[in-house]
Amino acid sequence: MTGFPWLSILIALPVAGAALIMAARAMAGPAGPGVDRGVKIMALLVSIATLCVSIGVLLQFDPANPSFQLVERAAWAFGLEYHVGVDGLALSLVLLTTAITPLCILASWTIDKQVASYMILFLVLETLMIGVFCALDVILFYLFFEGGLIPMFILIGVWGGKNRVYAAFKFFLYTLLGSLLMLVAIVWMILTAGASSIPELMAHPFTANAQTWLWLAFFASFAVKMPMFPVHTWLPDAHVEAPTAGSVVLASILLKMGGYGFLRFSLPMFPDASQLFAPLVFALSVIAIVYASLVAFRQTDIKKLIAYSSVAHMGFVTMGIFSGSEIGIQGAIFQMLSHGVISGALFLCVGVIYERMHTREIAFYGGLVNRMPVYAAVFILFTMGNVGLPGTSGFPGEITTMTAAFLVNPLVAAGAALGVILSAAYALTLARKVIYGTIENPQLATIADLDSREWVLFVPLVAATLLFGLAPWIIFDFTEASASAIAQAYEAATTAIAAGAHP
Amino acid sequence: MTSEDLLFSLSWVQPELLLAGFVLLGTLVGALFGARSTRLLNVVATAALFAAGVMALMHRPEAPQDIFAGAMSIDAFGAFAKAVIAFAAAATLLLGAEHFHRLQDQQFEFPLITVTAVLGMFVMVSANDLIALYVGVELQSLAAYVLAAWRRDDARSSEAGLKYFVLGALSSGLLLFGCSYVYGFSGSVQFDTIAAAAVEPGVGLMFGLVMVLAGLAFKMGAAPFHMWTPDVYEGAPTPVAALFAAAPKVAAVVLMARMLYEPFAGMEHEWRQVIAVLAGASMLVGAFAGLVQTNLKRLMAYSSIANMGFVLMALAAGSPEGAQAALIYIAVYLPATIGVFAVMMALRHQGQAIETIGDLAGIGQRHVGFAALLTILFFSLAGIPPLAGFWGKFEAFRASLGAGLVPLAVVGAIAAVVAAGYYLRVLATVWFSPSAPSDVRPSSGVSAVLAVVGAALCFPLLLVFMAGLEHAADAAVRASF
Repeated sequence: MTGFPWLSILIALPVAGAALIMAARAMAGPAGPGVDRGVKIMALLVSIATLCVSIGVLLQFDPANPSFQLVERAAWAFGLEYHVGVDGLALSLVLLTTAITPLCILASWTIDKQVASYMILFLVLETLMIGVFCALDVILFYLFFEGGLIPMFILIGVWGGKNRVYAAFKFFLYTLLGSLLMLVAIVWMILTAGASSIPELMAHPFTANAQTWLWLAFFASFAVKMPMFPVHTWLPDAHVEAPTAGSVVLASILLKMGGYGFLRFSLPMFPDASQLFAPLVFALSVIAIVYASLVAFRQTDIKKLIAYSSVAHMGFVTMGIFSGSEIGIQGAIFQMLSHGVISGALFLCVGVIYERMHTREIAFYGGLVNRMPVYAAVFILFTMGNVGLPGTSGFPGEITTMTAAFLVNPLVAAGAALGVILSAAYALTLARKVIYGTIENPQLATIADLDSREWVLFVPLVAATLLFGLAPWIIFDFTEASASAIAQAYEAATTAIAAGAHP
Repeated sequence: MTSEDLLFSLSWVQPELLLAGFVLLGTLVGALFGARSTRLLNVVATAALFAAGVMALMHRPEAPQDIFAGAMSIDAFGAFAKAVIAFAAAATLLLGAEHFHRLQDQQFEFPLITVTAVLGMFVMVSANDLIALYVGVELQSLAAYVLAAWRRDDARSSEAGLKYFVLGALSSGLLLFGCSYVYGFSGSVQFDTIAAAAVEPGVGLMFGLVMVLAGLAFKMGAAPFHMWTPDVYEGAPTPVAALFAAAPKVAAVVLMARMLYEPFAGMEHEWRQVIAVLAGASMLVGAFAGLVQTNLKRLMAYSSIANMGFVLMALAAGSPEGAQAALIYIAVYLPATIGVFAVMMALRHQGQAIETIGDLAGIGQRHVGFAALLTILFFSLAGIPPLAGFWGKFEAFRASLGAGLVPLAVVGAIAAVVAAGYYLRVLATVWFSPSAPSDVRPSSGVSAVLAVVGAALCFPLLLVFMAGLEHAADAAVRASF
């Protein structure tokens, strides 16, 4: 298939912009507020241009077609290929990435330390994230997947909070261990199947024994990325210490790579093993949902609370994916997108008050509604979304994944439902302590409401939360074809095992 | 040997003749003009090394050519290695020239002895019998002992030279001991004849093989024969340590590959266990022991041990893919390693090359260019994609998994994570440490240029030339084994 290289342009654009900024920065001479401002505006323009290209991709895309579209394929070295393409699942996550990145850059307007390096790293990160979702060659996928560690490591370590170095190391090494085991598995798969392209690997029937080991190796990587209980411990540290925009990228996009990996690799390539391990995943998901919610309840740091709530919400995603049914997979994708918007927005909310007061202690705040009515409204809306209130985008994902789980195992659904109640408990408690009441801390007496930049930040997020909550079919229709393709292939494979026809 | 044979043989060793001729003439020039000729000799030596590398590449045979009555064999595999060795040595010679010029320590012997070492490496990679092998190894080693002790007035440098010499002599003894067993039980020093005897090996031949491998493992710094590396790297002048980390490793790896794949191909089952153990031990020792280092040169020593482990993992495959992976690994390892040493010499602390990790504190704020270079170089050494080092690891994993060595590959994956810990520690110092008032100053010059070249090779040049590198390594292996 030849044609206009939409995806290559989409992937290359942010990094080309980063190179441009590097060149411009080198020519601009010594640092100053004017130079920094110019760099920020350039970065914002690049990310908006990327968003425009991704919308162009969307217009070229036919959601009714379940196969990969806009495919580009060229031979590369080592018997590998440059092979990119998107389906409904991948494109929805690409759009999430391109939409969130401009907001992140806008949220980073207050950065005043090494601005050019920050923006360059951010744009490089955007290229790598888009690449992960577009790659159709398994090594190309690994390249983008793993390459993202480098900019994220430096972003957390340089611009992060007090304990940033520890958090950066933990983030990097945790993820790397999982990924290298996956690399060994990937190389083994390439050697066995004789192909490195993802569609061909999907078609290759691995033996049941091989699937078990491969599934475990991929699980090691994606479970850390996701993150699932019990390998979630890097996330609260990384979230708390990362700069606001770093937390947003982590929560909104990087965590989605785990879910994407399960849907792209584990389920279609290792169906036997997925069925074998599904009870394990269900158990871990329910533990994550309940345990993380309980832990969130006891947090004193706002960011840490939201980080644990992310762990809980990702439990719904894994539960939906490994139910193996179309409705579960649809729900999981929806939940990923919705979580991308809502938890990203919540981290931005924390960023707003952190920039004003330089603390994230829950006890420090209280009564913000008196001084910041608009902020309070926004915060409450996203809290409700986090709880999964019908009408917000948090609801459809939770209800569909729970339905799917109920059809497989009612006990699992019951555990997850308990988690929903707990999430209401911690989220509403947080809102009560931070937003309501009277202002008791004298330092809060002069705190200002949202300024115009912050308005620009929140308007699209509020709109998305309400739109996807009230009209969830926009996403469901878009991802239906690819979700049902994954589910049908999985069902066919597992029925074959049940009938004893599979080797 | 007739004169015709001799002429034929000489036609294939032009790079070696060029280097030998330079050393002899250079000695004469040095003797006549003394230290004044150092600058000239440095320039000519670099040019000669470049020329030798290019000649080896251009004038490579289609099929292996046995010369000097079978003592040496010229083939594409050796030509690839010679080019890599020559270019790496030229780069480190440039570093050394700048280094000693800054220290006002001009001795014309430095380029001569460096070139002598390279000559020894050239003989090593083309060796086709045990005598040539030993002569090559010794020529290289003797030159290296002298280079390690170059700063005679510096106790650490003298200690490094002495330590290297004593332990090196021991390993040469092991090597020679092994060679004598191999000769005794196969009846020949010729690789071809040994290969015929190795099809049905006895205990004596096996014993000889293990001794030979131990000697070679020492030369390449693989665990458990690695203990000299950190001390020698630390004590030797920095450009000499850069040389040790680069060119001799290539020669030792290629020689190891040749020994395993040619004379002892029939004993693959026996040597695979030895190589796998060496590989696993090197990866783990290099990874864990590196974690506690504070001196950059010692850290680089452990890094080289770990990296040699990955090369051995590739060789343990026993397949042409293994040899190809080893060549690719070493070709992507060199720019990163030489680049790190170049940065150490470009950043100067009281006129000296920096030595400790602490010297790098806050470089990310004051000299962001050097911080970016270090980031690329160290992430490449750690094997993080898409940097060059990743492709070496990928190829090594592919070779060993292709041979069914799954547990070894898993050990490699774990070791790579642990080793990433200390590369990250350096980078954390570079980027995250507060900018302390310090007198570390960057200098422009050869070392800075080489650092940029090394980093550029790691990213993005390799991604562009990767197909070419793969093709070259593939052709080299295909034409030779």
